[in-house]
Amino acid sequence: MKAHYGYKDGSGDYFIVIDSDKCDGCGECINACPNGVLELILDEFDIEGGTMVAVKDEHRKKIKYSCAPCKPVSGERKIPCVLSCRTNAITHSW
Amino acid sequence: MSQITTQEYWRWPEYRYTVPEKDWHNAKILTAGIDIGSVGSKAAVMLDGELYAYAVIRTGGVSEETAIKVTKWALEGTDLEIEKIHQVVGTGYGRVNVPFANRTITEIACHARGAHYVYGPTVRTVLDIGGQDCKAIRCDERGKVLSFLMNDKCAAGTGRGLEVFADLVGIPIQDLGKVSLQVEKEPQPVSNTCVVFAKAEALALLRQGWSKEKVAAAYHAAMADRITDLLTRVGVSKDFVITGGVSKNDGIVQRLSRLLNVKPLSPKIDPILAGAIGAALFAKALQEKHLGLR
Ligand code: SF4
Ligand code: SF4
Repeated sequence: MKAHYGYKDGSGDYFIVIDSDKCDGCGECINACPNGVLELILDEFDIEGGTMVAVKDEHRKKIKYSCAPCKPVSGERKIPCVLSCRTNAITHSW
Repeated sequence: MSQITTQEYWRWPEYRYTVPEKDWHNAKILTAGIDIGSVGSKAAVMLDGELYAYAVIRTGGVSEETAIKVTKWALEGTDLEIEKIHQVVGTGYGRVNVPFANRTITEIACHARGAHYVYGPTVRTVLDIGGQDCKAIRCDERGKVLSFLMNDKCAAGTGRGLEVFADLVGIPIQDLGKVSLQVEKEPQPVSNTCVVFAKAEALALLRQGWSKEKVAAAYHAAMADRITDLLTRVGVSKDFVITGGVSKNDGIVQRLSRLLNVKPLSPKIDPILAGAIGAALFAKALQEKHLGLR
């Protein structure tokens, strides 16, 4: 399942997409994130349970700004959460 | 308990129902789904995965009490008691506050599962437009969520945005959609999607001498555009359904159908219950697992 956290506004699409089928809840991305944007949540999408990563509630409506430090307008982009994930469970829409 | 009706059309009258020809004594698996929303709370009781009894009430100040009240009301007139129900799943915004729930499942998963029950198994996209937020969910043939997106950042594209506009033009909110369709030619959508700016823009159009109908059309068109934008991110596949209070606004539904080139299915049961029904179906799966049946 692909969970889209974020929003769209006049300036563009700002979503962090977590693929729950790939995320094993290892927590590496949480450690890698300098701004405390991510957290581990219970997988409440099925009765099987388990844990998965999500964008914290308080960052969902301002994700463009929360993640701005990781996204230089020029030069090489090294997004810590994306790089830290071995299973490629995290993608960004912008 | 009496029925309550209100002007705010995405809030519902309180009501309950028991399917008359069903007897719970014959059922192997008794389950319930309790959906505690920010405005309304719903309980659905199912016998072997078939709807038996349900109730819809306003959410009170204490969610725990609301959960008990709505479930007891659903069971009213039957001799089934909460304690006899094998598994209960809580969902919705107040799902952790259902004291007798065995598990909690997000409203997104319950909505998708419930939509399959309410509209049939061909449903692949569920658009839920409520008073405060808008959710787009794509699911598979079993009602399992494949992709979802929730927008609660901005009021444009929710019932709240319509409320602001209804006040501005002085049209009762339940008539707004109809009024917006009373134009010969669709005007340009208002250019701003933000409620605050869209309101100012609508006001300016009224001052320029546009009719209320034309301004309503422009406003609804902008809302439909915005919702379409959101939907394209998760993707739209048929069959398509619209749930939530705004599904009662024809002005939005017809414009969305045109923009997305899909015709929404009609429900067999009040779609307000989709979350609670989905939760009761998850509870059934839980009981089957418990019995070693899956
Ligand atoms: S690093 Fe990847 S797999 Fe690990 S918790 Fe984060 S998203 Fe999930
Ligand atoms: S882009 Fe940076 S701030 Fe945003 S979630 Fe990833 S690591 Fe955290």
